[in-house]
Amino acid sequence: MSQSRGSRIAGWGTANSLVILFALFPVFWIAMLSLKSPSTISDGRLIPSSWSTENYKQIFKQAIFTDALRNSLGIALIATLIAVVLAAMAAYAIARLDFPGKTLILSMALAIAMFPPISIVGPLYNMWRNLGLFDTWPGLIIPYMTFTLPLAIYVLSAFFREIPWELEQAAQIDGATPWQAFTKVIAPLAAPGVFTTAILVFIFAWNDFVFAVSLTSTSAAQTVPAAISQFPGASQFQQPTGSIAAAAVVVTVPIIIMVLFFQRRIVAGLTAGAVKG
Amino acid sequence: MSATVAETPTAPVRRAPVVTDRTKAERRLGLMLCAPAVIVMLAVTAYPVGYAIYLSLLRADLRFPNDRTWVGLNNYGTVLSSSLWWSDVFHTALITVISVAIELVLGMLLALVMHRALFGRGLIRTAALIPYGIVTVVAAFAWRFAWASSVGGFVPKALGLSYDPLDPTHPVTNYLVVILTEVWKTTPFMALLLLAGLTLVSEELLEAARVDGASAWQRFWRITVPLMKPAILVALLFRTLDAFRIFDSVFIISNGPNPKLETVSILGYNQLLNRLNLGLGSAVSVLIFLLVAVIAFLFIRGFGTSLAQQRGET
Repeated sequence: MSQSRGSRIAGWGTANSLVILFALFPVFWIAMLSLKSPSTISDGRLIPSSWSTENYKQIFKQAIFTDALRNSLGIALIATLIAVVLAAMAAYAIARLDFPGKTLILSMALAIAMFPPISIVGPLYNMWRNLGLFDTWPGLIIPYMTFTLPLAIYVLSAFFREIPWELEQAAQIDGATPWQAFTKVIAPLAAPGVFTTAILVFIFAWNDFVFAVSLTSTSAAQTVPAAISQFPGASQFQQPTGSIAAAAVVVTVPIIIMVLFFQRRIVAGLTAGAVKG
Repeated sequence: MSATVAETPTAPVRRAPVVTDRTKAERRLGLMLCAPAVIVMLAVTAYPVGYAIYLSLLRADLRFPNDRTWVGLNNYGTVLSSSLWWSDVFHTALITVISVAIELVLGMLLALVMHRALFGRGLIRTAALIPYGIVTVVAAFAWRFAWASSVGGFVPKALGLSYDPLDPTHPVTNYLVVILTEVWKTTPFMALLLLAGLTLVSEELLEAARVDGASAWQRFWRITVPLMKPAILVALLFRTLDAFRIFDSVFIISNGPNPKLETVSILGYNQLLNRLNLGLGSAVSVLIFLLVAVIAFLFIRGFGTSLAQQRGET
């Protein structure tokens, strides 16, 4: 407590700078790598000696990347939409209604949150090939929504518990059915929680690699993480380093935008899920 | 609880019939609202696990689709008696233990900074969320490109290394890069889970201890950590299970076969999707599933006792 105000500010300033350096330095170096000209890509410098946007021009000319970007966006958005709708229904029931089997559902969700995806990749591969879902959008949307449902249910039911009960009862006293109370009263109040959940689900689907690399084979459904792991070099003797770095930066941009705009919501969502879990 | 009451309205009345109708409707709505989520979760996890168990008892090789015979537990015998499986279990455990231990320490420091910093809390929370949100494959490429001499990484040059740290013949540096990637990517997640616990520690208690002359170190170990124990266990549970199924970063950093860095998930993937041996691959999948279940069970038992202790104390 004998510390002066100045030294405390300096101390926290150092701590903050270290956190920011730790968090952002790898993003900085891959961005620098992506801005090197193809001839200097492997010169071992951190800062490019000749700056160039050639890598970006290259990847946007390649169908393997543009198709993957389209698949990633479409699959992640649809999976998010379905997962949030299903989870909101279940979370409303868990937070508001009294019915048997509630604990069972929550334990099942917790068990699935701990589930190793690799354990079902093989059976899904076989099932999807028989059902014609292999290498299709639904083939990825289905596992993504399944694996995000537990988190979504936990986060949403935590948010739903915070909503004042009285409003729902007031609506029911005024003659609304439970369903009307859900759509007319609770849903608008729940929108921030729903939005937070949607961000977390989107990040999961955008991130996934195990399912993407196992359950797709062509540009029909391959997402960006799977595609960049299979980028071809310009020739057999050239590594696709520049293209991968540029593609890596492109798929990081949506994440950075979401984090910048919705930092508070993401933190609230993750901590709410943790406290209730 | 009131199901019998609802069916026998003439019995001694504990609740008005209107309420029991309402209770019935509420139950029906509750189950209906949960049904779609439950059906999807069961269909996409429980059914495939059952199917994996069935496949693991067959000789099922997709290269010879007509040659399927019942082999009982033979596949498990083959996997469990192979040195490959045990060395991969060891690799996975090594990565899990080292990275989760580092993440716990760094995550706690990060959580304290996020919780206590005099200024710039929003800024550091935003910065810390970027590794959390970034695609794991991208994170792994970033670290690989920084360290691999073969693609002109700046780290070997800066450190003056004469060898390629990511060459499969240098397992120590291979592990180092995998662990650095894991730690970088997931410390923020650990920190957020710990932050949730930190916010539950009462300020009055800490202030009272400070007035009584407890040092910051004592306050941390005697008050903050014991009160945070459930949050610490939850964070450790989630991160341990997550680290144990590590796949993406090892896949990218290995960049091809690298037996000394192979983890159980990579082994399962190779058996299933490269060798198309569904029988053996499914046996590996089921064994991974069982290992994860055992780890989760041990944690949850520890979690239960710590919660009970806490309830006894307060």
